[in-house]
Amino acid sequence: MNRVLPALVGAIAEAWAELRIHRTRVLLSLIGVAVAVCALTTVVGLGAVAEQSQRETTERNSGRPATLSLNAYDPVSGATPTVAQLRDAYSTALERYDIQYSSFTAYTNLRVQFAGGVRDVQSIATDVDYGTMRRVQMLEGRWFGEDDRNRLAPAMIVNSSFLRELGLPGLTGNPTVLLPAAQDTTAVLIGVTPDQYDGEPPAAYILIDAYERVLGPGSLDQSFPSFETWVPPEIADQLTERLRGDLAAALPGDMQVDVNRQDYAQFGEDPFLPLKLLVGGVAALVLLLGALGLVNISLVTVRQRIREIGVRRSFGATAGRVFFAVMMESIVATFAAGVIGVLAAVAIVKSPWVTDFLGQGVTELPPFPVSAAILGLGASLAVGALAGLLPALVAVRVKVIDAIRY
Amino acid sequence: MSLIRLEGVTRSVPLPDAPALTILNGVDLTVDVGDHVSIVGRSGSGKSTLLNMLGLLDSPTTGEMYFDDAPVASLSSAVRDRTRGRDVGFIFQQFNLLAGRTALENVTTPLLYSTGREFWKRSTIAAEMLDRVGLGSRMTTMPEKLSGGEQQRVAIARALVRRPRLILADEPTGALDVETGETVMALLDDVARNSGAALVTITHDPNVAALADRHYRLERGTLTLVTEELVR
Repeated sequence: MNRVLPALVGAIAEAWAELRIHRTRVLLSLIGVAVAVCALTTVVGLGAVAEQSQRETTERNSGRPATLSLNAYDPVSGATPTVAQLRDAYSTALERYDIQYSSFTAYTNLRVQFAGGVRDVQSIATDVDYGTMRRVQMLEGRWFGEDDRNRLAPAMIVNSSFLRELGLPGLTGNPTVLLPAAQDTTAVLIGVTPDQYDGEPPAAYILIDAYERVLGPGSLDQSFPSFETWVPPEIADQLTERLRGDLAAALPGDMQVDVNRQDYAQFGEDPFLPLKLLVGGVAALVLLLGALGLVNISLVTVRQRIREIGVRRSFGATAGRVFFAVMMESIVATFAAGVIGVLAAVAIVKSPWVTDFLGQGVTELPPFPVSAAILGLGASLAVGALAGLLPALVAVRVKVIDAIRY
Repeated sequence: MSLIRLEGVTRSVPLPDAPALTILNGVDLTVDVGDHVSIVGRSGSGKSTLLNMLGLLDSPTTGEMYFDDAPVASLSSAVRDRTRGRDVGFIFQQFNLLAGRTALENVTTPLLYSTGREFWKRSTIAAEMLDRVGLGSRMTTMPEKLSGGEQQRVAIARALVRRPRLILADEPTGALDVETGETVMALLDDVARNSGAALVTITHDPNVAALADRHYRLERGTLTLVTEELVR
């Protein structure tokens, strides 16, 4: 310890002095490293946002991991149980396994009174949990809450196209819409979702209870609603078997019950692996180029410092100390460049322009990934160590006598 | 007990397509603490090789060399480096001050390789040393802004800052004019005597050599003890 601590502090002091004295050269050589680390960290940070965007899009289409889809039918006649029977059987199973998120979903049509007349509108009759399970993105207003189940005037969520068709600029003034049926119903618009694509026709969400009230009991039976649950992925396989058995026993007759996982992670493979590999590959290439530039400059620099190294050796610097000092110079410098590069990357990734561009449609915009910052700093240290290694070896091989006369 | 002792030391270097070149031939030399020795010789006589050997920078091809009565050949490279840092101070003809560093930082350099108080108080110790060589007011001056004499005084301060027991001066006045050279040598002689360190000066200046107590002449690799008159 008596020798180690002074050696460590001394090497850092030497490295710092060297960097201070040759700051212009160091600065120039480190611009490449800072840019490389910035590029690496930015690419990884943007990759995280892009991955989240892709993940959310996928989850909107097929559910979040692990989403189980449950269907029941008579294998002989093809008949399906009534919605009431299904609801009873599913409710019992949900309670038994303490499943937190589930939804009935029926893809159907609702007759809606627009200014130009009554039109059929593609609608999704579903439950409150669907919004969370499918990451439904709201443009304005809100998703359904538990209180909306008991409204006399059913709540509806519509897309932008629907709102435009009504000639409304927004949700101000609690807008309503007439749903013509055997008994006309006035629905209250509580939220707006963005159109999924340009020219999308009007579409709406309505709670499944409200749908049955508007169109009458049993109206959903012809829509063949599907039932989905969102469960922890680690118990999904086990739960699949249990639900299959329990539901088959609970439903009347000899029903075939299918329980299938439908989210993107069902096959255990990472669907974002190609994206990650691409991002990682680009980042590694960028860093490699930065490192090569630094090695080049470091080698030239060490050759210019042979006399100084010889003088230091004559005053007692051991070969190990010279090696360590040269390595430290490289590491201290690249670490400083790495910090600057990471800060620049954070500024780029979190800039409003980039966030608006890449984060379109992302409901949970991820924070700047700490892993990207750590990767950037780690990479800068690794580059420093690698770039310092060759010059350090050259420095150690300097012959003191020749170096002093150099 | 001698500080450094050479017994029948030879140093030769292999040459391509020719017999090995003998630089030192059967050199016997003993230097004790407090000795002031001068070695004179023409260019190419092997003076610098001998000095490098005394400073543990080079090893004999044959013969024995002892530092504090310990055979140098048995010391590891790291131990030799540390011994050199602790016990040997070098003064070079071309000063070899580190560019871009102030006089104080140059004198601090050897203390970076020390331990304990010497390391942690290095700036204070270096400042005291510079003050002692008369450069207390030039501490923050860069070497290129100093005169030749001042640069050599910084080099002397740097060589002595760790209180070495052996000071090796290689043509210490070679790059100075006569008057400045005399001043610098007087200072070096004074500081060495006050600190009790042995001083080995390699020179071809008879006046510088005459300041020593013991005089040697190196001719074609052979070291011979001579009187002061013969040096002159």
